[in-house]
Amino acid sequence: MRKVLIGLAVLTVLAAACAPEDDTSTGASGSETGAAPTDAKGCAASSDVTYTTDNALTIGTGNPAYPPWFEGGEQPGTEWKINDPSNDQGFESQVAYAVARQMGFEDNQVTWVPVPFNASFAPGPKDFDLVLQQISYSAKRAQAVDFSDSYYDVNQALVSTKGSSIADATTIEELKDAKLGAPIGTTSLDEITDVIQPNAEPLVYDSLNAAVQDLKNGQVDGIVVDLPTAFYVTAVQVPDGVIVGQFPTEGQQEYFAIAFPKDSALVQCVNLALDELKSDGTLDEIQQKWLSDKASAPVIAA
Amino acid sequence: MSLPGSGLEDDPRLEGSRRSRILGHAATRDRRNVWIAVISTVVFFGALIVVVVNSPGWLQIKQTFFDWDEFWSSIWSILRYFRLNVFIFCVAEVLVLALGLFVAVLRSLPGPVFAPLRILAIGYTDLFRGIPTILVISLLGFGMPALQLQGIPDSKIFWGIVALTLVYSAYVAEVYRAGIESVHPSQVAAARALGLTRIQALRHVIVPQAVRRVIPPLLNDFIGLQKDSALVAFLGIVEGLNRANIIVQADFNFTPLVALALIFLIITIPMTRFVDYLIERERRRTQGGAKL
Repeated sequence: MRKVLIGLAVLTVLAAACAPEDDTSTGASGSETGAAPTDAKGCAASSDVTYTTDNALTIGTGNPAYPPWFEGGEQPGTEWKINDPSNDQGFESQVAYAVARQMGFEDNQVTWVPVPFNASFAPGPKDFDLVLQQISYSAKRAQAVDFSDSYYDVNQALVSTKGSSIADATTIEELKDAKLGAPIGTTSLDEITDVIQPNAEPLVYDSLNAAVQDLKNGQVDGIVVDLPTAFYVTAVQVPDGVIVGQFPTEGQQEYFAIAFPKDSALVQCVNLALDELKSDGTLDEIQQKWLSDKASAPVIAA
Repeated sequence: MSLPGSGLEDDPRLEGSRRSRILGHAATRDRRNVWIAVISTVVFFGALIVVVVNSPGWLQIKQTFFDWDEFWSSIWSILRYFRLNVFIFCVAEVLVLALGLFVAVLRSLPGPVFAPLRILAIGYTDLFRGIPTILVISLLGFGMPALQLQGIPDSKIFWGIVALTLVYSAYVAEVYRAGIESVHPSQVAAARALGLTRIQALRHVIVPQAVRRVIPPLLNDFIGLQKDSALVAFLGIVEGLNRANIIVQADFNFTPLVALALIFLIITIPMTRFVDYLIERERRRTQGGAKL
């Protein structure tokens, strides 16, 4: 019987040994919270806000970093593909640096880490303070992460190839018999299943590249992506690609938001920064610079 | 065929049960053992659950991985698309059985004339056992349709099945070969003495015995194939995994993956138990019913 008791004790200890240490570092005593800061700089410097790395703003995005969100090409010796986000080129890169400056960070205090899409909303400790990756806001998603206000209002668009059966479509009705595809995790897919409702099951890809590959191969008649991406796809990736048109906004305007780990105190600071950038016209300028020629396309009628 | 296994006296189970019977208190001891097992199990898993539930991140894990509403709202939709997985692995399994046996027989062909065929078979198994399945699927699924050759199907599902068949046939060919080589050489000698040719001996004597022996490991490979049917998701085909991922990324909630895992378990666990049963039955047969 003693042997049995010892065995039980060993098992219990083993199970207990798997327990993680209690996280005592949470909630760094926010004792001296005076009046809520009203500017991004004061907010970002307040003791309520904690960063994954001290004195630095760590920003996550997808790798490869696609245009027009990131531009300027690869930097030799870095892990970034297609574009290096740390060069302050491209829409999202410039928005990120503008927000960081507004919060009082120097450019060299901003570091970028590649974050796979699933990792941006997985629970647990994060190695980034915020993520910019063309993530559309939705109430359901906001249960898992915190979102900033909009930094870009976006519409979805349909890309096809010259001479395809849907290249000249002007109404959603004409798309019913088309074979369509979209990258996973995007609202583009919702556009297909909820709005177009084609007869054939849409294909769903784990990356933009896979979707583009199938469009080139003629495996799908068209792919749905956001409008700026549609311009990139047709200009660079698919030589005979055409933008069939963009889909009209239905109900709530879709927008890209910066995502934060749940309950991040940084959200209000970034929102203050975005407000400041909107009122002084900086955000508009950045949008003009990178997306102005990528915002107009014929609208596909319902 | 069914010679009694040697070393029967060494079987500890046999010894144990005989001793218990001699000592005469087998029943009491068995009952006590059951109770110790029950208490030990309850205490161990109880402690494990207490530790997990009290961990600092549990609440978040519960919300993002075990969300009841998310589970019920996603599982039916995932099940509907899971039918495509079932279709894919059923078709692939039939093809694998045939192609695997074909390759194994090629590799077992006797005589120097068949050297090129043997080399081909060895090359095939080396190639497809050496490349990760996901790579074969991606290369065939994205590559072959891009050739745009007349007569080559461009269906993603078709190429997914082809890729799975190629990979798993390589494994199954090796399983078959092990079976073929386990048939005692005297069997060939006997068949040849009766006037059968080498090929006839293979066909009527060797292969039938070999196949029967390797059924359990064959089924093991099928369990692997069933799980790997989810890999075709990378081609853009919306089957169970892709469907679950779509919901995960739309809702930022991982519960659909847990739902899919359960669906796979419901399919694979009965299969696993069935394999155990077959192995046990084969053991009993080959040991001539000597088990007490």
